[in-house]
Amino acid sequence: MGSIIELRNVDKTYAGAIDAQALFGVDLSFEEGSCSSIMGESGSGKSTLLNIMGTLDVPTRGEVFINGQRTDTMGKNRLAELRNETIGFVFQYHYLLPEFTAIENALIPYLIKSGKVDKEILERAEDLFDMMGISNVKNNAAARMSGGQQQRTAIVRALINNPRILLADEPTGNLDSRITERVCKNFREINERFGTTFVVVTHNSEVAKHTDRVVKIQDGRIEADI
Amino acid sequence: MVAGIGIAISVQIFVGLLINSLQQSLVDSTMGRSPHITITSSVDDVTIRRWENMVDDIEKIAPVEVVSVSASGNAFARRGSTSKPVLVRGFDFETADRIYNISDSIYKGSPYQLRSEVIVGKDLSEELELDIGDRLTVSTPGGTDSALTVSGLYDLGASSINKTWLITKLETARKMFGFGSRVTSIEVTVSDLFRADIVANKLEKALDNNNIKVENWKEQNQQLLRGLEGQRISSAIIQAIILVSVIVAISSVLSISVLQKTRHIGILKAMGIKDRDAGLIFLYQGFLIGLVGSLLGIALGLSLVYAFVALTTVEGQPPLFELRIQYDFILRSWLIALFSAILAAIVPARNSLKLSPVDVIRER
Repeated sequence: MGSIIELRNVDKTYAGAIDAQALFGVDLSFEEGSCSSIMGESGSGKSTLLNIMGTLDVPTRGEVFINGQRTDTMGKNRLAELRNETIGFVFQYHYLLPEFTAIENALIPYLIKSGKVDKEILERAEDLFDMMGISNVKNNAAARMSGGQQQRTAIVRALINNPRILLADEPTGNLDSRITERVCKNFREINERFGTTFVVVTHNSEVAKHTDRVVKIQDGRIEADI
Repeated sequence: MVAGIGIAISVQIFVGLLINSLQQSLVDSTMGRSPHITITSSVDDVTIRRWENMVDDIEKIAPVEVVSVSASGNAFARRGSTSKPVLVRGFDFETADRIYNISDSIYKGSPYQLRSEVIVGKDLSEELELDIGDRLTVSTPGGTDSALTVSGLYDLGASSINKTWLITKLETARKMFGFGSRVTSIEVTVSDLFRADIVANKLEKALDNNNIKVENWKEQNQQLLRGLEGQRISSAIIQAIILVSVIVAISSVLSISVLQKTRHIGILKAMGIKDRDAGLIFLYQGFLIGLVGSLLGIALGLSLVYAFVALTTVEGQPPLFELRIQYDFILRSWLIALFSAILAAIVPARNSLKLSPVDVIRER
């Protein structure tokens, strides 16, 4: 299978009083349907790498290809569409909108895409809630759920448009080890069931153990690729 | 937030309606019972010739409401040993009534029917101790004496009129002063009295007659007009200040809302919402706040005005002024408030455009 994510010679420098270079000539690609993790100390540049892969950030130099399309030169609206349809995000913090229920939050990316909710997508959402084991709280207000439930709702939200890529940045950072284990199994299940390409950034080796490939990054450079 | 805008708009509606109503009442009480345009003679014998043609022409030239002619002259009214200077005014009762509303002002007796009949103002009737059926003698400077009978007593609301005007038939006055078939003035009212000067100029040009003078109430009431103008400007300033405060209030609340929602906007952008749609959220919000706030304000403002009228009205007396609900003013205020709310939302909406999802995520 071909690469669905490809970074070619990517540099990233944050401009400021003193310019800080976060990435140095990174070459990295992920195959479609793979399940990988990126590990590194904090400040190693792993989140920057993920944000660039997710088109949330642009490289200072180098090229980024998602699904064969070059993204570092794309316009903002085109990128927004690409993200909406191709990439799901899970962050350390869930970022659920507190005014809405769990299922409403989960449907937001679909609403952005199509503007309305149909029966089919509701079934899909319910299916995903089932799969995450949180069907019982799907009608709860987002603020009235446990951290684990909120994070799994965020995962349902990331998956609602059936993206080909799921990018997770420290998704279990706020969760205890029992829930972490559960969420990792969920990720694996998603990867196997939907063939979703999965990349997780973590400094937790327990999380990395659930993935097939571990990329280690240090000081903005790839140190190991196992 | 919505309540704040509601209160601001209600003050605007309250002040606006109150001042406009007051202004209208003032103008009506000053000008309502008098001609807006008066055409008089500029020749020595003070009479207008061929006035019939002129009356026809006036009605063709401009949209006027009433055209009434009058034969008037100064004289002395005498009863017994008392004599008072008067202004004899000869009117065709029906037309003059549409300007002066004489019939409603007669509080005793009835309008004149015969050539020998006259109606007398309240003050003059007291000075000459006149009552219905009493006779008085009117002497003109030309030396003619006429005996007239009082058919009614009127009160036109202004003591200068009540004291001096003797109102009688057109023919009676003409005969008394030897005017023949001529009249001394043509009196005109127009529907929009604030346009009286424009109509008057138009008439003057079109009639093109050196023997007449065309005057309008605005020339004769500069003081009143200046007062009204001052009132209008102060009202406009108050309303402008309120409007600015509404805009600032909406804008700052929405700006704070953008700050509070930074994370949410960021994550929505990560999920693929386009900048334009994210900005539109704030425009919608501004529109909704403006819509609800202004409707609330109009309701509150109207209640305030009605409450004000109710509270200032003393039982058994006419209200201080006649309340006029100007729907066009309310509609205008509403549209301006709505437009301002959307305008106020533009700055926060633009701020939301600048938000980048990665800034939000990195902040965490």
